[in-house]
Amino acid sequence: MIEAHIATYREEANELLTELETSLLELEETPEDAELIGRVFRAMHTIKGSGAMFGFDEIAGFTHEVETVFDLVRNGRMAVTKQLLNLTLQARDQIKSLLDASVSGIRIDRAAGDAIIAGLKQLLPEGEPVEIMRPVKDPSPVVPSPAGGRKTWRIRFKPVPEILLSGTNPLALINELRDLGTCQVIAHTDLIPHLSEMKPEHCYLYWDIVLTGICGLDAIKDVFIFCEDDCELRIDLIDDGLSESDDGYKKLGDILVERGDLSQTELQKILSLQKRFGELAVAVGAVTHDKIQSALAEQQQVKVVRQERSSQEAATSIRVPAEKLDQLVNLVGELVTVQAHLSQTAAIRNNADFASIAEEVERLTEELRDTALNIRMLPIGSTFTKFKRLVRDLSQELGKEIEMETEGAETELDKTVIERLNDPLVHLIRNSIDHGIEMPEVRRAAGKPTQGTVHLGAVHSGDSVLITIRDDGAGLDRDRIREKAIERGLISANSELPDREIYTMIFAPGFSTAARVTSVSGRGVGMDVVKKGIEALRGSIEITSARGIGSTITLRIPLTLAIIESLLVRIDTSYFVLPLSHVEECVELTREDIKNAHGRNLANVRGAIVPYILLREQFGIESNRPDIEQIVITGINGSKVGFVVDSVIGQHQTVIKTLGRVYRDVKGVSGATILGDGTVALILDMGVLCRAVEEREHALLL
Amino acid sequence: MSVTDISETVQYLTFKLADETFALDVAKVREILECSTITKVPQTPDFMRGVINLRGSVVPVIDLNLKFGMMATGQTVNTCIIVVEVQLEDEIIVLGALADSVQEVIEMEPEQIEAAPHIGTRLNTDFIKGMGKHDGRFIMILDIDKLFTSEELEKVQG
Repeated sequence: MIEAHIATYREEANELLTELETSLLELEETPEDAELIGRVFRAMHTIKGSGAMFGFDEIAGFTHEVETVFDLVRNGRMAVTKQLLNLTLQARDQIKSLLDASVSGIRIDRAAGDAIIAGLKQLLPEGEPVEIMRPVKDPSPVVPSPAGGRKTWRIRFKPVPEILLSGTNPLALINELRDLGTCQVIAHTDLIPHLSEMKPEHCYLYWDIVLTGICGLDAIKDVFIFCEDDCELRIDLIDDGLSESDDGYKKLGDILVERGDLSQTELQKILSLQKRFGELAVAVGAVTHDKIQSALAEQQQVKVVRQERSSQEAATSIRVPAEKLDQLVNLVGELVTVQAHLSQTAAIRNNADFASIAEEVERLTEELRDTALNIRMLPIGSTFTKFKRLVRDLSQELGKEIEMETEGAETELDKTVIERLNDPLVHLIRNSIDHGIEMPEVRRAAGKPTQGTVHLGAVHSGDSVLITIRDDGAGLDRDRIREKAIERGLISANSELPDREIYTMIFAPGFSTAARVTSVSGRGVGMDVVKKGIEALRGSIEITSARGIGSTITLRIPLTLAIIESLLVRIDTSYFVLPLSHVEECVELTREDIKNAHGRNLANVRGAIVPYILLREQFGIESNRPDIEQIVITGINGSKVGFVVDSVIGQHQTVIKTLGRVYRDVKGVSGATILGDGTVALILDMGVLCRAVEEREHALLL
Repeated sequence: MSVTDISETVQYLTFKLADETFALDVAKVREILECSTITKVPQTPDFMRGVINLRGSVVPVIDLNLKFGMMATGQTVNTCIIVVEVQLEDEIIVLGALADSVQEVIEMEPEQIEAAPHIGTRLNTDFIKGMGKHDGRFIMILDIDKLFTSEELEKVQG
């Protein structure tokens, strides 16, 4: 039981640390933002509090000291400075390493933590009470509300029955409330079952607390901060301590309704037993019927508005394990396959009723597929924030002034795609910082602002997302790359390649033009990783660069890995699937065309020469070529390559299945899919196929 | 594995490759399918016939006749795919084995089974758990885990 709680704590703490980092970095831009300061404080507070609860004393102790400083900031007694943020970020890393150490069991260097604390202590303004070594006993410091005046709060605290199992003592929480002001506590016993059904470890009580004090809402929430998810908590301000109306207090019925003990309808029912006020009033002749109606309308209106408000509050998010979503997507994948079969059968049967059902199923399946895939979509923003930190740290290390701009952080991508994008992006950004952006003095000499900019952007484009990494640095050195490529035998010395193709040389394994190897880059490993990573995601890379102005790297990444749009083609009796994202057009290849090309695999497409690959030859399919073949023209890494097939069947919703370990070394086939008639078709990886053919032809020439 | 490892009565599924009868431990057999369309995966050895759709998963199919150096299994009404679970290093993978026909499930006592002779079977005796005698016939009991090695299954032809 406790292990499960500890695991949850770790997970939550990691999330909180990410949030902490984000907030701190945002705070750097808007140091006055009270909302952000509050977020930083709450994150640390929770890490500390739950840490102490689950025996992470070291984390709790350390965090407490950082939190103390931020408490001063929150109360406006200390300003947010760059120094403070630096130290807090370091502290965040320290907490992270403490947390990781608790898993790995490695002892952590306490000195680093002590240094951070010492640094923070120095930042404290003069005359502040330094109560830094206070043991973590009281996880909720009382924060006086700035508004002054005694307020009265009504708190309904209804813990889940299992609350005692998680180590929370409801009584202690109520006692903490007592510290905040005068309390009237009423315990409800109506949920206690019969003795025979009662579980001794369960808590069946819930409480109503009327608290009058000078505390704010935050202070009350802080008391319940560790059991928020384990209880039903309602806090209402019933008297703000300012209004001086002497109307007395609400009616008993209203209070009961407000507390949720009595529903509005029940109240109405009880009230209807007595003669209604309106009827009485009319009977007496004090007001007319119309006036009563109008008053009732007003009452109704406000009620509706309030109900809407409360229902909005209830609609938030829920946590679902990732495996459950994977399972859902798998099921949807199977459904898509079955639906394809159904549609195919309907087309053959030629029965109007059947066809309309099949169409309906198709529509629903499509919607279901989109919804299911959408659930897995996450905004890419969280990854972007991580890079902000990377840029900040790296630029300091290298003595460069670099600002990071992000755009389109809300762009959504499949969860797995985001995870797998992380490494390639790290390498690309490192590369931009190390090789792209020049030193401040060089920039000044070139007439550019000393501060360099790395721009990271994401935008949707059809069924892909375009991610751009743009810097305003020196740009790629075309001649140097060409020289290196010739030196390494990647291209021949007399070949004239367009810039675009020369730039792609930087992705070759071990390729580096850097004269020296720094801690950041220059080993020629990174860009190879980028290329592999992006290819594994079925994405593509494009580079544009201008000497002295900067370079832009654009990654085109498919939205999801589970289901893709593709083109179904046939060769003899075999079916193959080509991802549509790479397909540009289809043209015919006649016997005449083949004759005119003199045996070379080149096609003339509206005047442009397009090389093609005979898939029939490539896959060893032994049958005669038909008179008219089709060339599917694709764009691979910026150049056009055709694939010759017998015929093009059409567009196909492809649910990607892995081929398993038996076929993992097969090149040019990235997976399989199941067609409407139940047979398997292979999904081709055009980039790999193209390179395999290229390598073979080169080998033949040498 | 030698014949001495067979110490209890086990049920075996018998099937035919050409005219010869072979057997597999039923515990290894998941199901038997009618032969459906097999999609060949390029660059793989001939005995790897390709992949089939098994209720939404893609399963490789192996031609046992070709594996044993005989003629490729033809397509008749009796041709079936025996879906087996094979222990490949630390993983269990699902494979389909193409057979000319499936016979029956029989029980054989350890006494009915002898070790395979070292010569004369024209097969690698590593694959064979033993030779069973049933109704006056010899049945070769295959050791499906030994039949396939990962190098062989993952081999790619250029």
